[in-house]
Amino acid sequence: MRHLIRAAFFVWAGASAAMAAGPKTRVGVVFDKGGRDDRSFNAAAWRGLEEAKKTLGIDAKYVEAMDDNAYEPAIRTFARKRFDLTIAIGFSQAESMTRVAADFPEQRFALVDAVSSQSNVRSLLFADHEGAFLAGAAAMMKSTTGKVGFIGGMDVPLIRRFELGFRAGARHIKKDALTVANFVGITVDSWNNPPKAKELALSQYNGGADVIYVAAGASNIGVFDAAGAKSKFAIGTDSNQNGMRPGLILTSILKRIDVAVFQTIADVQGAKFTGGKIEFGVANGGIDYAVDRHNEGVLTPEIRATLEELKRKISNGSIKVPDYYVETDRATFKK
Amino acid sequence: MSRGLLLKSFIFRWPWLTAILTGFFFGLSAAALAGENPFHVMSIMLLAAVGTPYDLGMTLVYTTPLIFSGLSVAVAYRAGLFNIGAEGQLVLGGMAATALALRFGAQFPQLASSSSFAPMALGMMLCGLAAAFIGGLAGLITGYLRARRGSHEVVTSIMLNFLATAITSWLVLEKFHSVDTQNPETRPVAAAFKAVAFGGFDGAPVTIWFVAGILSALIVAIVFDRTLLGFHLRATGENSVAATFSGIDTGRQMMIAMALAGALAGLAGLGDILGGAGRYRIGFSSDYGFTGIAVALLAGGRPLAVIASAFLFGALHKGALDLDFETDHVTRDLAMIIQGCVILFASARWFHRKKSS
Repeated sequence: MRHLIRAAFFVWAGASAAMAAGPKTRVGVVFDKGGRDDRSFNAAAWRGLEEAKKTLGIDAKYVEAMDDNAYEPAIRTFARKRFDLTIAIGFSQAESMTRVAADFPEQRFALVDAVSSQSNVRSLLFADHEGAFLAGAAAMMKSTTGKVGFIGGMDVPLIRRFELGFRAGARHIKKDALTVANFVGITVDSWNNPPKAKELALSQYNGGADVIYVAAGASNIGVFDAAGAKSKFAIGTDSNQNGMRPGLILTSILKRIDVAVFQTIADVQGAKFTGGKIEFGVANGGIDYAVDRHNEGVLTPEIRATLEELKRKISNGSIKVPDYYVETDRATFKK
Repeated sequence: MSRGLLLKSFIFRWPWLTAILTGFFFGLSAAALAGENPFHVMSIMLLAAVGTPYDLGMTLVYTTPLIFSGLSVAVAYRAGLFNIGAEGQLVLGGMAATALALRFGAQFPQLASSSSFAPMALGMMLCGLAAAFIGGLAGLITGYLRARRGSHEVVTSIMLNFLATAITSWLVLEKFHSVDTQNPETRPVAAAFKAVAFGGFDGAPVTIWFVAGILSALIVAIVFDRTLLGFHLRATGENSVAATFSGIDTGRQMMIAMALAGALAGLAGLGDILGGAGRYRIGFSSDYGFTGIAVALLAGGRPLAVIASAFLFGALHKGALDLDFETDHVTRDLAMIIQGCVILFASARWFHRKKSS
């Protein structure tokens, strides 16, 4: 027994010593319900974190929130443990982060996809509607039936923003484009429900849609399964998902959360951190589409040329993509 | 006394302690297999659960719903019923309290800023009554179907869980949906209904609902051990045939037990809803109702032991959260392993006892 106690003490002492050694920048990340490994939204943030670990030599820890009550304790724990930066991934964490940031005004925080009123929080915002517009255009150009589908994760304004951009993009290519949209659900579980997403995708394919754009976190894989079963096309989101069904995933709309996360960590390390909003869109490369060996056969040069043209026009403002967050855009767009 | 007998008498005298010890033994062995020092893991969990006032506070916050749901299962259990519907009863109860708070808050705007004692005490009582009433009603449905129609309570209460989730989700999204966030949650309740956190816990929202949980356990203990109603309920649970012959309407006792169980479960969400978040969120309960089954099982259905048992599960939950922050190979899923082992060995004791008698 005495040996055990002594062993326990040494481990304890060792752990404390390791923690004290070196002023490494410590970064904590709280992923949302889809989990770090959703291969889409959260995974994009994770890549940024891994990259920072490799090139900046930071110390990183992460937590995957399992339910809505887990966000605040997780963020608060990072803040209490004096992590140099705490990053919350996903709009669901906005309220929790704002509350914790107010209690720890000298700590630094970053929030993806939502705005916090606290000045010590950096809000990393993405023009998702611009990416969805590209997806809609690409889908319509590839479609032979003239009908394309959208499947969203949780039915919230953020995902409606994807939907609206997608419909607008499809209609930009073909005036009488038919678009259908479905949502996996109404709760945070929607980000992690592949069977339901697959069901929705199968019914859209059976209804005549031949390209489906999906923005549903870890549920995306369900849609890819359906694409495989029906040999029809799907478009991925946030991370490059082209390799998950080579040849059937037309492209993936990239949301460079990895860049945003990496940049924020680098700023903290270089003492250049500022709060406030930072916006990423097509114009500054924060939103893009993926071309690699898995999809270069299906995403033809003509489609690519048109997409590049659209990117230029969105960047210089000659195309204004309707934004669900803007009330007049929402009201005037006819489904 | 030989060694074997000593061990046996230990297991029989303190079956719950045996369950906890073996549960931790297997859980920590799993941690060791994963490449972490089990003592290190244990000390992280201990510190994370009770190390600072804030940690202790959060443990109590997690304990609160488990006391109620544990009591709910325990009450039904003592009357010979298995209440697997606590999860549904607690979301319905929580929704009832929220709906009442939102309706009253809209009607009397002065409540929005009021934080003096009288309206708060009244607000708390009203919310508690609404939650207990609706939760109790849900329990009563199961009890009635069991007592008068012979449908098994496990089946009906599981099905009612789905109904409860559907009803509350609809109410949140269609009737009380918050306008200023994207989350599936209601508007915040007026200040008069929001329970104030006790000072001394460094910001952890330990509220009056924790005290209410302790009081409920005391009341349930008194009812069971000192009243005629309690005797009838226990008689029904121990041997319903004998109870019927001695003149007890066992069907009625079953309905009472399920209504009581439902009422207790109905209160389980209030600590989170009125104390922590200040609003109803879809999915706020991280399986409190189902964890309540484990809590009650470990407590052997005894109301006062439910408090300790709930505290253990609350501490495990809180303690395991920090494993994500402090270790490389073990995540908080370790708490699930330990819980699973504890439950396994806690239920094994019924088997032991039957064999020995």
